[in-house]
Amino acid sequence: MIQLTVNGAAVSVATGAGEMLSDLLRERLGLTGTKIGCNEAECGSCTVLVDGQPVLACTYPARRAAGTMVTTIEGLAPRAEDGADGLHPLQEAFVRYGAVQCGFCIPGQIMTAYGLLQENPNPSSERVRAALKDTLCRCAGYPTIERAVLAAAEALRTGEAVKAPDIPLAKEPLEVIGKAFIRPDAVEKVAGKAIFSDDLKFEGMLHARVVRAGVAHGMLRKLNIEAARDVPGVVAVLTAADIPGEQNHGLVIYDWPAMIGIGERVRYVGDALAIVAAESREIATQALELIEVEIEALPVVSGPVQARQAEAPALHEKGNTLKHIKVRKGEIEAGFADAEVVLEHTFHTATTDHAFLEPECCIARPTEDGRLEVYVGSQIPYADRQQIARALGRAEKDVRVIGQLMGGGFGGKEDIAGQIHAALLAQVTGRPVKLLYDRHESLVAHPKRHATQIRVKMGAKKDGRLTAVETELYGDTGAYASLGEKVMTRATTHSSGPYAVPHVKADCYAMYTNNPPAGAFRGFGVTQSAFAIESMMDMLAAELGVDPVELRRANALEVGSVTNTGQVLRESVGLTDCIEGVAAEMRRLGGEKPFVGRPVEGAEHLRRAWGLAVAYKNTGLGGGAPDKASAEVELFEDGTLEARSSSAELGQGLVTVLQMIVAEEFKTPLEQVRVLVMDTDLTPDGGPTTASRQTYVTGNAVRHAAQALRQALTSTLAEKYDQPPEQVRFVEGLAQVNGRKISLGEAASIVKGEGREPRALYEYWAPETKPLGEGGDMHFAFSFGAQAAEVEVNTRTGEVRVLRVIAANDVGRVLNPLGLQGQVEGGVMMGLGNALTEEFIVEDGQIFTDHLARYRMPSIVQAPEIISLPVEHPTADGPYGAKGVGELSSIPTTPAITNAIYNAVGVRVDRLPVDQEAILRGLAGK
Amino acid sequence: MTYWQNYHLAKDLADALRALEGAPAPVEVLAGGTDLLLDLQQGRHAPVHTLVDVTGIPELKAIEMRGEKLFVGAAAPLRTIVDSPLVGEHAQALVEACGLIGGPQVRNTATLGGNVAHALPAGDGTIALLTLGAQAEIADANGCRQVPIETLFAGPGQSTLKKGREVLVGFYMEARGAGEASAFRRVMRPQGVAIAILNLGAWLRREGDTLVDARIAVGPSGPVPRCMKAAEQALRRQDYREEVIEAALAALLEEASFRNSRHRASEDYRRQMAGVLLRDALGAAWARAGDQGELAV
Repeated sequence: MIQLTVNGAAVSVATGAGEMLSDLLRERLGLTGTKIGCNEAECGSCTVLVDGQPVLACTYPARRAAGTMVTTIEGLAPRAEDGADGLHPLQEAFVRYGAVQCGFCIPGQIMTAYGLLQENPNPSSERVRAALKDTLCRCAGYPTIERAVLAAAEALRTGEAVKAPDIPLAKEPLEVIGKAFIRPDAVEKVAGKAIFSDDLKFEGMLHARVVRAGVAHGMLRKLNIEAARDVPGVVAVLTAADIPGEQNHGLVIYDWPAMIGIGERVRYVGDALAIVAAESREIATQALELIEVEIEALPVVSGPVQARQAEAPALHEKGNTLKHIKVRKGEIEAGFADAEVVLEHTFHTATTDHAFLEPECCIARPTEDGRLEVYVGSQIPYADRQQIARALGRAEKDVRVIGQLMGGGFGGKEDIAGQIHAALLAQVTGRPVKLLYDRHESLVAHPKRHATQIRVKMGAKKDGRLTAVETELYGDTGAYASLGEKVMTRATTHSSGPYAVPHVKADCYAMYTNNPPAGAFRGFGVTQSAFAIESMMDMLAAELGVDPVELRRANALEVGSVTNTGQVLRESVGLTDCIEGVAAEMRRLGGEKPFVGRPVEGAEHLRRAWGLAVAYKNTGLGGGAPDKASAEVELFEDGTLEARSSSAELGQGLVTVLQMIVAEEFKTPLEQVRVLVMDTDLTPDGGPTTASRQTYVTGNAVRHAAQALRQALTSTLAEKYDQPPEQVRFVEGLAQVNGRKISLGEAASIVKGEGREPRALYEYWAPETKPLGEGGDMHFAFSFGAQAAEVEVNTRTGEVRVLRVIAANDVGRVLNPLGLQGQVEGGVMMGLGNALTEEFIVEDGQIFTDHLARYRMPSIVQAPEIISLPVEHPTADGPYGAKGVGELSSIPTTPAITNAIYNAVGVRVDRLPVDQEAILRGLAGK
Repeated sequence: MTYWQNYHLAKDLADALRALEGAPAPVEVLAGGTDLLLDLQQGRHAPVHTLVDVTGIPELKAIEMRGEKLFVGAAAPLRTIVDSPLVGEHAQALVEACGLIGGPQVRNTATLGGNVAHALPAGDGTIALLTLGAQAEIADANGCRQVPIETLFAGPGQSTLKKGREVLVGFYMEARGAGEASAFRRVMRPQGVAIAILNLGAWLRREGDTLVDARIAVGPSGPVPRCMKAAEQALRRQDYREEVIEAALAALLEEASFRNSRHRASEDYRRQMAGVLLRDALGAAWARAGDQGELAV
């Protein structure tokens, strides 16, 4: 037993061997506000204060805390006299400034900032950044976090309320839409009360672990689980032979075995061979090590170009080509014949990891009525249900997926991860089973961003008009298909950029290899091709001596343009406005020659310049896939409304948008509206949360459902009070019938009194799209963007720093400016990481970056000033005109940075991430 | 896995030594633990029976003048070193190095003793101590003794400390004399592990425009952290001018063995950076030595 003070209360608590302070807080004291993001002292999510100093609880021995005063996020808020929990000014500021997105890192951010303000009540921006240097946020609202800390500091100094943030509204706000609103889960997230999957506990819960192959390619010859089964505390050990249903899972193609059977092929190091459930995680881990595995190693296919060679071993029955994707427009040879200048260059992008701060976790729990509940943060709850049921050999209705708060997803929580394994073990043991990945396992197992090789050949007239673009892409989809075909299709169709090009030819080979699978990741292939095409555009501008802004403006898609897949753009093309907005702001900040490199006064070895890039990104699935979402809206007798859809909230702010839509339609305060998401029993299918589609698709579903409910209420009230329907209006949270005020609760009671339910279900079908190759509308909407980045290159070391980024995004219509701010800042930071810090390294199928220490995401010290310029070209069918923005905001950042590097020092980066050694070599070679 | 069975929070040095002696092997001294605990958690270090935590021992946390020498306890958190006016006055390179290690949370637990015991060829704190010509105080059952810090290293990640028998108590450095100053610089890479690609510390004594004496340490420049004796020699009793620095750099490049390390840095790049860092650190120390005032970072 040790004695310590936790959040002001004396605590006497037992500690076990090998126990860390985070274990003590989370497991013994139930203080789950302290989060474990990496368990290796890298991410800062577990920060607590020990005797006033911020420390990392994940690597602080519990015994060392004896006799200390420990403060966790739960202990920060002063308790009001009435016993209600208040908020500390830091918590208040994080909420009001919109610094909370997925919320997983927030306790760590706030505790680290609290430690700073305790000793420095008036910190500079620089001090705030220095303090938060190693407290990572993957939603990456770093500038907002900084503003929130400074605002809290001011409030603490003055004793006044936290000053309101300066959030520009949409240009033409409606009653609710277009105004800034705080996400409904923000308060519980800053208070440390938000429950994520790993915070859940159930009576009798077992802990699961997975044996993984560790070999990139081979045949499983032997698997002996006897010794593991005999370990006291082990309840079940299962192998492929124990899968009662289908062995393979997948989002499009069922090619990914839940476990590899004896005599079957191992295709990557993360392949599962056996799963263990035990009374504790330690016992399960111990059992893992007793499982004997024998794999006959085979030659490894380590890249997509190699995979396509005739002598490469075939990894799947149909060979190594997942898909050869083609785009054809006009006559490419005619286009090059017409050109006065032709350039050709090949680019390489790296594999990257989502590195959401919450590692995968799920709990499967058998219920008394024989069903199975699965608690998990998933981007596609209904696909999880389908894949789990398929593996269990049971009906889908026997499985209920109950979505949990998600600590980030970014596309990485679309593929099913441990859900099948936990479900198999729960079904066999009859007990709840938790499967938590540690960071290492998360890095090893889940699908990544496709590493891609892109050759671009570009032809143009001397005035800069493009005549032809030919691209050839090799995408590394790794061991299994995941969403590889879709991702690489998007990479291919976007590979000639958001330009009107008369002649286009694009070929992409999406190849299986023995690397970890690659799938969805914010940007969905366009991140890769935008780097290539936007680099080429600047190379062309330099070749022709044309201004990069003018070159893009001259070729930009506009209303009436035909895309490279033959789609005529009829509306909502704000690209030119984005370019002009960014160019004007860039020249205001950077002078008339922003693209000309200049030395820093007094430090001549530092050179600065701006760089520009543009992008577009489809909203929605497109390509002929039926794109629909269902939603239900219900009015209760207490006057509250609830919107329901299975669509996922992963931090991006969908719940707030849906809440705002209902509030707008009923002209009711936001607080009157609840949103329930991600529950396959209680919420209708909103489809996958991917492709920047949910604001549009589920937003429309909710809007139509709300309108249908409003109409039903209108006709009921009109009839009851014998008034024409036009006399029924909804204002100020009330229904008004010819001047008579009826509360919404009363209206609900009236409907119920007539034997009907005051709710409406709506299945929204997005406009039909055509498959690639058929021409017509491949997508129902595109978002457009432009970004300019100012960089500083150190010519002595090759180091690169990004100082400022201007980001214009045509989002159709701004629904929630606070949410948009988070998406733009986070997108820019993710693009910056893609350019400068992130590289998931796999060598000969073996993962080098298997710990967070080796995979670096951007920190607050790397955050540039980010200037967001919303552009609103409404799209007719979007809710209030809105399109998606989640992915778009991250896409142009990388090429804007690399173009700026070229402008600063004349070194062209054609391989990501930027390598400071290569910059220096490039400088030496000039 | 259970990384340790028994955890002993030592009250004083004698208690720590007794615990080390009494515990069944394997036993390890634990300071901040920012390296050792991770090694245990990630399987790079086999589980141990007993950890003897020395961070509660007042003597090991002391930062004070002892006669003409500055003493920095081996278990003083880096943060207290960075914040100490005494260290700022006498050991500027150490302040700069410690301030660059990890983030604030890590600096609240990590210690200089741990940095040295971990024996990495480019440990920032270690390189700074070498630059400052530090002596290490080591305790065992027979008492305490002082040794030059460079004798503590056997190879990459291997110290000469006798595991389970010896405890690093602290480090002694000469008080800063007239015309003396030090500085520390490093180059990082934004990808991968946050360990310096190259770091370098410089200490010097100047008289007017003459560089009377110098110490230069650079890491990683071989299997163990070390001073660059030839470069130091090239600087001694020379006017502070470009040709002298060139000569020192040439000597340093001759003496150091820089390596290509996978995913971190090439030998060529390290050689180039050695020049950048030598100029920067020497320049900073030279200016400070002339200044003789407060630490000007």
